[in-house]
Amino acid sequence: MIFVWTEHFDDKLAQASREALGKATKLGAGEVVALVFGENVDDIVKQSFHYGADKVIKADDATLANFRAEPYVALLVKAAQEHNPNYILAASTARGREVMGGASMDLDAGLISDVNELEIEGGNLKAVRPVYSGKVLATETASGDLQMATLRSRAFTPNEPDESRSGEVIELAPVLSEADITSKVESFEEAKGSVSLTDAAIIVSGGRGVGGPDGFDPVRELAEVLGAALGASRATVDAGWIPYEHQVGQTGKVVSPDLYIAAGISGAIQHQAGMRTAKVIVAINKDPEAPIFGLATYGIVGDLFQYVPALTKAFKERLGK
Amino acid sequence: MHVVVCTKVTPDTAAKVSVNDAGVVGWSEAPVINPWDEYAVTEAVLLKGDHGGQATVMTVGKQEHEEALKQGLAIGCDQAIRVWDDALEGHDNLQYSKAAAAAIEKLGDVDLVIFGKEFADTQTDQYVYQVARKLGWTSLGAVAKILEIDFNASTIKVERLLEQGKAVVSAKLPAVIAVLKDINEPKYPSFMGIRKAAKAEIPVWNLGELGIDVGEPKTKVAQYKNLPVRGSQVQLFDGTPEEAAAKLADKLIEEKVI
Repeated sequence: MIFVWTEHFDDKLAQASREALGKATKLGAGEVVALVFGENVDDIVKQSFHYGADKVIKADDATLANFRAEPYVALLVKAAQEHNPNYILAASTARGREVMGGASMDLDAGLISDVNELEIEGGNLKAVRPVYSGKVLATETASGDLQMATLRSRAFTPNEPDESRSGEVIELAPVLSEADITSKVESFEEAKGSVSLTDAAIIVSGGRGVGGPDGFDPVRELAEVLGAALGASRATVDAGWIPYEHQVGQTGKVVSPDLYIAAGISGAIQHQAGMRTAKVIVAINKDPEAPIFGLATYGIVGDLFQYVPALTKAFKERLGK
Repeated sequence: MHVVVCTKVTPDTAAKVSVNDAGVVGWSEAPVINPWDEYAVTEAVLLKGDHGGQATVMTVGKQEHEEALKQGLAIGCDQAIRVWDDALEGHDNLQYSKAAAAAIEKLGDVDLVIFGKEFADTQTDQYVYQVARKLGWTSLGAVAKILEIDFNASTIKVERLLEQGKAVVSAKLPAVIAVLKDINEPKYPSFMGIRKAAKAEIPVWNLGELGIDVGEPKTKVAQYKNLPVRGSQVQLFDGTPEEAAAKLADKLIEEKVI
């Protein structure tokens, strides 16, 4: 039996959780059981079946409305103790890492974090994951009766949703009451009108070459036309031109989109660590010697203020926008 | 008030890291304090400045990790502790976390444990949540700001940066937090600070003193390998902005990445 702890947002099963479910169905580890925790989660339960779950363990309660480590970890631990899965998977998101890390201690189970590749060999999880800030790959193995792994966003493919699928739903009562939980989510401010970097299929990023906060305008326009997330190099974040949440690289986000367009980014080793697994990399830079051209699939040597707007216009025409 | 920061040394972010023919990882520069921990150590010293009390910098590791402890002392932490035991050789995250949690318990009066976002070498943060669970304390990862902290009332309110947006979360102390780089501007040691830190006696606690057995590792690295070399040479598009853009746009559509 294999557990997949799922995450959801705005009544949708998170993309990263769809990927984790898809991978679980392909591991040949027996029944795939999705764990769905939250409040009013019946839709998420249905979606979990559509994306590959054979069974769902559901905990539906007001104390679970917002994610908090304590009640979620307690539930995952209880579910594992009652059903004895061989493996537990989850997406390697901020919440997934917290729940799985916490539960691994209670369950005394080996956890392999943030994996790009995953298989079962001789009953044990075997995974490939980036280490040393993405500069080296490690093959890691787990041992023991229960083994856990978190899966990197966009490293695995979800199944095509099959709306005819459904199955048994097991209800799990919350372990902790509100009075037992020592943390409280006071407010949540959704990042509006922007695509999350780690989920994005396309990322358009600006670097030092944009010259200032306003220099991001053409980069942002290209991102909008492509439905892409907006990225940035460390230099622009440190200069205060754009908030930290946009930073791609070793001390920012590590991303693997299908397409990464780097405008005015020289491509320091720290930046490369964050984006080198993109399928296609496009570099637009004035300096033909910029290290980014050593990594790029396609390139334009030229001023981003001329070439990026031209690219925006070319895509507008071709995509009918 | 007693704040503990857990740190270690890792290769410098600018270092070239590679695997040699024997499968051993090496790097080009001397190791430095884990880059994410600069913010964690600074936050401990800032909290001490604002609220008084004590800041301890701790590592679970061999002697080379004392460099990170010295940086903590040099910018203003009061004491440093190193935890090590031969039984920790080749440790996994669970073993690390059991040792770290036991050392924090031994310190006795800790209100807050601060970690950096992750360790840059093993590239994981699972120990943050493992340590919290072992201690039975609340964990708060991805902390971008401490909005309020009251050591007398034992409360903390933080802003967390999650995938879909920002959450403001309040919790009771003691707690374990992992901080992101927008939490502060890192402090760098002064000459006097470095001199003082160089003279510090750093006690080493072994597992016997901590009264624990960390068991066997449950995850292991079987192999390290270098990254595959990316593609071949870059294909450049030239011409006027309109010409180059048209050719590039057609190519990307043909590649089905748009």
